[in-house]
Amino acid sequence: MSRIEGVLKALKGQGRKALIPYITAGDPHPDATVELMHTLVNAGADIIELGVPFSDPMADGPVIQLACERALRYGTSLRQVLDMVHTFRSQDDKTPVVLMGYLNPIEAMGYEAFADAAADAGVDGVLTVDLPPEEAEDVAPLFAKRGLDPIFLLAPTTTDERIRAISEHSSGYVYYVSIKGVTGAATIDVDEVARKVAHIHELTALPVGVGFGIRDAATAAAIGRVSDGVIVGSVLVDTIARHQADRVELKRALTNLLNPMREALDSLAS
Amino acid sequence: MSVKLTEEMLKALPDARGHFGAFGGRFVSETLMDSLMTLEREYLRLREDPDFQARFDQDLADYVGRPSPLYFAERLTRETGGAQIWLKREDLNHTGAHKVNNTIGQALLASFLGKKRIIAETGAGQHGVATATVCARLGLECHVFMGAEDVQRQSLNVYRMKLLGAQVHAVESGTRTLKDAMNDAMRDWVTNVDDTFYIIGTVAGPHPYPLLVRDFQSVIGREIRRQAMEKAGRLPDALVACVGGGSNAIGMFYPFLTEEQVALYGVEAGGLGLESGQHAAPLCAGRPGVLHGNRTYLMEDENGQIIGTHSVSAGLDYPGVGPEHAWLKDIGRANYVSVTDDEALEGFRLLTRVEGIMPALESAHAVAYGVKLAARMDKDQMLVINVSGRGDKDIHTIAQIDGIEI
Repeated sequence: MSRIEGVLKALKGQGRKALIPYITAGDPHPDATVELMHTLVNAGADIIELGVPFSDPMADGPVIQLACERALRYGTSLRQVLDMVHTFRSQDDKTPVVLMGYLNPIEAMGYEAFADAAADAGVDGVLTVDLPPEEAEDVAPLFAKRGLDPIFLLAPTTTDERIRAISEHSSGYVYYVSIKGVTGAATIDVDEVARKVAHIHELTALPVGVGFGIRDAATAAAIGRVSDGVIVGSVLVDTIARHQADRVELKRALTNLLNPMREALDSLAS
Repeated sequence: MSVKLTEEMLKALPDARGHFGAFGGRFVSETLMDSLMTLEREYLRLREDPDFQARFDQDLADYVGRPSPLYFAERLTRETGGAQIWLKREDLNHTGAHKVNNTIGQALLASFLGKKRIIAETGAGQHGVATATVCARLGLECHVFMGAEDVQRQSLNVYRMKLLGAQVHAVESGTRTLKDAMNDAMRDWVTNVDDTFYIIGTVAGPHPYPLLVRDFQSVIGREIRRQAMEKAGRLPDALVACVGGGSNAIGMFYPFLTEEQVALYGVEAGGLGLESGQHAAPLCAGRPGVLHGNRTYLMEDENGQIIGTHSVSAGLDYPGVGPEHAWLKDIGRANYVSVTDDEALEGFRLLTRVEGIMPALESAHAVAYGVKLAARMDKDQMLVINVSGRGDKDIHTIAQIDGIEI
């Protein structure tokens, strides 16, 4: 059983929902990332999605675009991101880490070299925004062999046929993109998401995480009620941008954001 | 080493997943997959639909003014002292470039699909103007994304688009040029996917765009074939076109791919020279990667980050290239070369002076290489240069380089 599967099973056994924060590696500075990952765990994260910065983040809104630019200003590379995960792992061997990013840095490193290095570093899952399962034929067996969970996106526009096919190519969880749009854009229609996630649950046995547009405890709870986990990104990255000059204040602000979400999610269990 | 291509081989490309050999494909976020699959299905149907094709052909004739002439450049040939140089006059099209062939086709597709809102990216503004033009004609809402840097450099085209009723969005992210405009167009598309049609301006992007843009632009090469037979009684020995994303080049080359004896030359923007790193020549000096929905040759660093490009011509200032060109390079069917900014400017001045034709700076790259190539060829040989656009839009740039205020 993969670390992701283990964590999600355990949560399910307790009737709890996963809190999955996203930050961009190297933002605001490469030497801050490992520390911030531990902060996220202490504030209640069950799984961490760690963004790999890319020069052309087409699926991201302005907040995460700027995070990529900050990280790339210091030349944060995929290899450095894997080093960060390795360092994180030396102190935390429980919290799954999912790399989230775009395909080209992985292509540049080479699929096999990347799969080896990611597994060595202690990465658990890989979500590549611009890699649909149709184009993942070469890389999927390399991930499978090393126990890396391929995590794919489902969208409001995904047909039933594709939901089934994509789920078959996924392990760990599937990531439902709650809105048509980029990260950090619109506010979500909770009823609509609830309906769609319930439908996805009918088509796959995999846990469903929901992301895009979750910015506070109230939306986290509303989405947590209908899904297996919530992914929180832009609101955290925006906080990093605002407190980049003061590391102590930054950690406090991230904690203050995540704590109420954790409580709100856990209150669903009782 | 070149592979002999047959009609059967070409018919099989791109394959069902949009691949040209190792290149192409559909690398986009999931939200867009359904739209792309619908577009592919509908296009493959309309491609065989006589009504659709008839409307397209009629628009090309009556609105664009096709066929564009194939012109024998007698003085240029004499000055060069080599092969006969002929010019394909895409600069005489309505809106002044080959871009309109594609926007007519895609806007027609949008109408057939019932989409009322059009988005497009643009670099120099030529594709933006061509898109705004057909939107004005068809009464479609038009949004053009343009890098903030380019908005400043190409204020004339920005104003043209506004006059045509388009909304121009200045893109402030990244390098504030064409690639970032394309990123923002994709972001808009993801957000408004239900009612929006994205008219991509070049022969790149996710499948089926490289296919349909190539089909719409292939009118260039089909006309050259017919005109060459009529006027010279033979097919040309060589074809030369500039390559940014590569839409005018693929349109020129495609109807000749099976004719082994016709040599194909795509001319990339060498900028300040390939060795300087300041260029936009991914086929000459880049490597394969994935950007903007397709796998192709890219300008990138060792970590897979896309790097800034440079060219005196804004229309060639793009870090990628159409996947079919990447394939033609790898199988050795087409040759990809580059000329520098200075050589292109020289080509501009030469054609202007000896033929009275001002080419766009993009097309001036093809002129510069074509002249060099012709000089090495025999006098009884025939070479065609695609003058993909007219140079009026570049007069300010040229004047600036000459130190003249207009």
